[in-house]
Amino acid sequence: MSALDRPALPARRWVWLATLSRLPVMVSVAAGFMLLMLFVTVFAQVIQPYAFDHVDLMNRMTPPVPLAGATWAHPMGTDTLGRDLFSRLLVAAQTSMLLSILGTCLGAVMGIALGFLAAHKGGLWDEVIMALVDFQAAMPWFIIALAILAFMGNSMAVFIAIMGLYGWETYARITRGLVLSAREQGYALAVRGLGAKPRRVYLHHILPNIAGPLIVQLTINFPNTILFETSLSFLGLGIRPPMTSLGQMLGEGRDYLINAWWLAVIPGLVIFLTTLSMSVLGDWLRVKLDPSLET
Amino acid sequence: MTWILLKLLRALVTMGLVLTFVFFVLRLSGDPTLVLLPDDVDQATREFYRAKWGLDAPLWEQYTSYLRALLQGDFGISFRNNIDAFQVVWDRVPKTALLGGTAIAIALLIGMPLGVLAAVYRDSWLDRTVMSIAVFGFSMPNFFLGILLILIFSLKLRVLPSSGSGTWAHLIMPAATLGTGFAAQIARYTRSSMIDVLSKPYMRTARSKGAGLTRRVSQHALPNASVPVVTILGIKVGEMLGWAVVTETVFAWPGIGRLLTSAVASRDLAVVQCIMILLAFTMVAANMVVDLVYGWLDPRVRVGARAQA
Repeated sequence: MSALDRPALPARRWVWLATLSRLPVMVSVAAGFMLLMLFVTVFAQVIQPYAFDHVDLMNRMTPPVPLAGATWAHPMGTDTLGRDLFSRLLVAAQTSMLLSILGTCLGAVMGIALGFLAAHKGGLWDEVIMALVDFQAAMPWFIIALAILAFMGNSMAVFIAIMGLYGWETYARITRGLVLSAREQGYALAVRGLGAKPRRVYLHHILPNIAGPLIVQLTINFPNTILFETSLSFLGLGIRPPMTSLGQMLGEGRDYLINAWWLAVIPGLVIFLTTLSMSVLGDWLRVKLDPSLET
Repeated sequence: MTWILLKLLRALVTMGLVLTFVFFVLRLSGDPTLVLLPDDVDQATREFYRAKWGLDAPLWEQYTSYLRALLQGDFGISFRNNIDAFQVVWDRVPKTALLGGTAIAIALLIGMPLGVLAAVYRDSWLDRTVMSIAVFGFSMPNFFLGILLILIFSLKLRVLPSSGSGTWAHLIMPAATLGTGFAAQIARYTRSSMIDVLSKPYMRTARSKGAGLTRRVSQHALPNASVPVVTILGIKVGEMLGWAVVTETVFAWPGIGRLLTSAVASRDLAVVQCIMILLAFTMVAANMVVDLVYGWLDPRVRVGARAQA
């Protein structure tokens, strides 16, 4: 680094801080909540006060702290088997987040790759891939997922595959359209004229240029993927005991609404806040990254 | 005309793919006799039922006879209660149609006016409030909303029943639960579609002719703006059917969704298969109708389809 660059650094940092302080309040709060969720996803096992499946039959169904009868030993109370709700919540959030991140990424990679392939090959390839897109969009995927999970049994691999297949067609459709129009633009023609191989043109030149709308699509799909996972687990078909996820906790807590409403409401609130934060961030990103979508 | 035929052909291909997919997923995922018959039943009885349900034939023979039966409208026999699977499913259709129809009506009655208001008073406090509510509305998981409603209106205030479908009071909470997310989405689509239309030259013409705001919005803008909203509604039908399964489970509403969860739990192959085919057919048909209506309203779509083909 030359000496000339050095004075620029503090200024650049200041610009960053200024940008951060100009963020709308809702966006900052949403970003903060998502960071917290990511922190929990990574460190759930480190911060949990108890093992999430530690049974303590002497302390069953204690309420969360502001309510009468609560103890600070279990700030969010305990469930029907005396398991610490806070610890369970951390592990459940971790499972739900990991599955949703994995599902979203699998779907995005598959969809984007197929979108590129359809645009590049054209002809029959294009027809077949677009027919698959139509097919995926025409299927009530949630209902098919339900049937597959019930008939194939409780297998993590099947569940992840189903989550990955959810929503891939949106990426494929968008990518195909973007690639088709980007390919004819000056920069792509220029690089091709210089003798670059298709792979180089697509990965190094077109992909970075169309990344904006794809990232926006990613943020739109992520909350849906969370809802997909939690709904299936809520119905008892996704994550099942002894493992736990936010939807599974909520489904279990639903049976105790009369005596212990918090067993269902607390995990439900976490799901809601996660999808809400992600939607707020997604809306904000959409305006920032893809002005053409904002009308 | 070619355009309609092309759409029809595409719908048929999609339907064929769905039928094939449903068959293979359900057949390859386990032996129903292991689940349906008691554990201690002897091998001969097992074989008898396998033959009775046609499960002993080679897979591809099963596939052709499955297609042949479907073409004749035969969806098989419900393993569980030994009656026509289609009949079992059909009996539940009115309940789900009632729930879904009410939810769509709620979504349109709330979502469209709010979207129009937000677009007309764009960037005002009203716009921001409506759009914030919309973000809340579609981020709310409907199983959570359902549980909150039960807690408040059934357990706390004791004004509405928490489950069942006997009276009109039973319909309120499930329909509100199912409709909220869609109302929010419709509000958003209506807003962006209206904003698009409001900037068109013909809106300025209407204004220069001296038409008042109400007249301009209701006579000139809304009819044009509602076309894409109707399209979205058609596309969202499938999503809605998925959510209906969850909503029906929360409120014990005896529709297709509840039937599906119980049929899936008891591995009632014919019933699950029948529901999946019926739902896929509904979705393909809904998309078809939307495409046709859209092409009829907007000739550019027809020309575009022909140019592509």
